[in-house]
Parts: sequence; structure tokens; C-alpha cells
Amino acid sequence: MAAGIITAAGDGEGFHAPTLQGEFFPGPILFAGTPFEFNRIMLVRVVATILIVTVFWLAARRARLVPGRFQGAIEMALDFVRVNIAEEVLGKESGRRATALLTVIFFGVFAMNITGVIPLLNIAGSSVIGVPLVFAVIAYVGFIVAGVRSQGAGGFLKSSLFPPGVPKFLYVILTPIEFLSTFILRPITLTIRLLANMLVGHLLLVLCFGATHYLFFEAAGTFKVLGGVTLAAGLAFTVFEIFIAALQAFIFTLLTAVYIQLSEEAH
Amino acid sequence: MELTGDIATIGYGLATIGPGIGLGLLVAKTQEATARQPEVAGPLRVNMFIGAALVEALGLIGFAAGFVF
Repeated sequence: MAAGIITAAGDGEGFHAPTLQGEFFPGPILFAGTPFEFNRIMLVRVVATILIVTVFWLAARRARLVPGRFQGAIEMALDFVRVNIAEEVLGKESGRRATALLTVIFFGVFAMNITGVIPLLNIAGSSVIGVPLVFAVIAYVGFIVAGVRSQGAGGFLKSSLFPPGVPKFLYVILTPIEFLSTFILRPITLTIRLLANMLVGHLLLVLCFGATHYLFFEAAGTFKVLGGVTLAAGLAFTVFEIFIAALQAFIFTLLTAVYIQLSEEAH
Repeated sequence: MELTGDIATIGYGLATIGPGIGLGLLVAKTQEATARQPEVAGPLRVNMFIGAALVEALGLIGFAAGFVF
């Protein structure tokens, strides 16, 4: 790997700083050597999927017209996506069509993100490129299909690559920029935004708690106080990570809705 | 005295200046506008997120470029 995050041994030879290779590419558990290699992070993703499926199955199992508390809470969460994201950005009818896709993306990304703070799992399923890439491809196909459905393939390409109200000679530079920004940068930035946020969050948590361990057990007397500081920082940052997990799921879903809206509107 | 390390991290550090200022301006303007006219807070918030996605793209490209090159 070309550059990587080179973390120097911060406080001396006893401190093991986190590395990309060690944190995000653990050894295989099953099927080593094949393309279906199963490691700890894949296991975390499977656990997150089972968790989210179980929660929604339990809520929908004996769904009543007047919901009880658990079904009511899940309905509140679903309404958040439907009202605050789909209907706010897309309006009533188009929002109704897109709600299913946006709900899947929101709860899928949130489940993958939140495993980074769950005690025994401790690594976000979306901190390795596979999961963000898949969700970004889903969103990419989603907004292209929405645009083609509402304006036809030719009409969609024309309205996104040749925005009206521009003097004709400017299309020479504007159209490549529009193409790059709409069809190439959108899925790439969706992927990297989610990946980088989760990756950096995990590295910071490992740094805080690793520093606490090192300072409490191996450092000289006066440094142990610093261990208390890093512990408090680690706890504060864990709360912050929960917020970031939800926020990144919200941003991913909101951006998908916005891209769908931009594809569907004829300029 | 010799400085060793990776220039990619310096490059990324420089790359965060622009998006940092940009995002600060975005959120500040949205706050100001919401304070002036709270009833349009919803659409303003959505526009803020769209703007943040575009501004953030440069910071993310800076982060990724360190890995690619």
C-alpha cells in the first residue's frame, strides 16, 4: 500500500499503535485462501444483518393497527426516514416510490456503523471498503433508474449533462465536468465519506483506549494521570461515535434522496 | 537534522484547509438564515447537506489520494 497512515510509536517501544493492516485486515477464520475468506469483520457484518432482520421481524410479526410500544418505536424510526428524508426531499408521490430503497439504505448503513461501538464487536462493518461500496452502488443504480424512469434514457442524459440556460460554447467544458461530477464522483464520494468516517473513528477509539492501557500499566508514575485523561477522552469519543454512526447513515440516505430528486426533475 | 515520514499526510493536512473553511461558511450561513426565518429551516437544512456533500468531496479525495499515489 502506497502511503498508509504511519503512526510512529508514540510513547516509546511499549506502545503498540494501531495500524491499518492489523486493525482492518484480521486473519481469516474460515475458508482461508479462497475468494470467500471469512474473517472477524465479515462475522461482524453477518451479526449486524441478523440483528437488524431480527428487530424488524419482531416488530412486524404480530403487527396491530394500534401499535404497542415496541412496534410504535419501530414505526417512529420508519416514519423518520419516510417523512424527514423521502417526503421532505422528494415530495409525496415520488417519496412514496423511493421510501423502500431509502429505508433499506438508512437502516443497513446504521446497523453496519453502530457495531463499531457495540462492546464485543468493536469494529464497524462499514470500515472496510466492501460495505460502503455496495451501498454506494445501490444508491448509484437507484438514482440512475429514477432518472431514466421519469425522463427516458436520452432525456435523463440530456438534462443531466447539458443543463439548459448555458451559452452553447460553454458545453465544451461544462459537459465533461457534469459527467465527472454526476456519474463518477457521486458513488466515489458516497463510498469514501462513509468509509473514512468509520475508519478514522475506529482508529481514534483504538488510540484512546490503547493509550489508556499503556499509560496505566507501563508508564512511569506521573504519566498514569494522563491515562485517566485518555480514558475520559475514549469514553467521550465513544458517545461521539454513536452520534457519527447515526449521522453518517442519515447523510448517506439524504444524499441518495437528493440525487434521486436531482435526476427526476426536468430542468 | 533529518525529517522522515510521509508527505501524503502533509498533503492531506493541506487538503483539509479548503473544505474546513467551506463547511464552516456553509453551516454558519445556514444558522444565520434559520435564525432570521425559522419556518424555512427544513429546506435550508437539506441545502446545507447537499452543499456539505460537494465541499467534503475535496477533502475526501485528498484523503484517498494519499493511498492511491
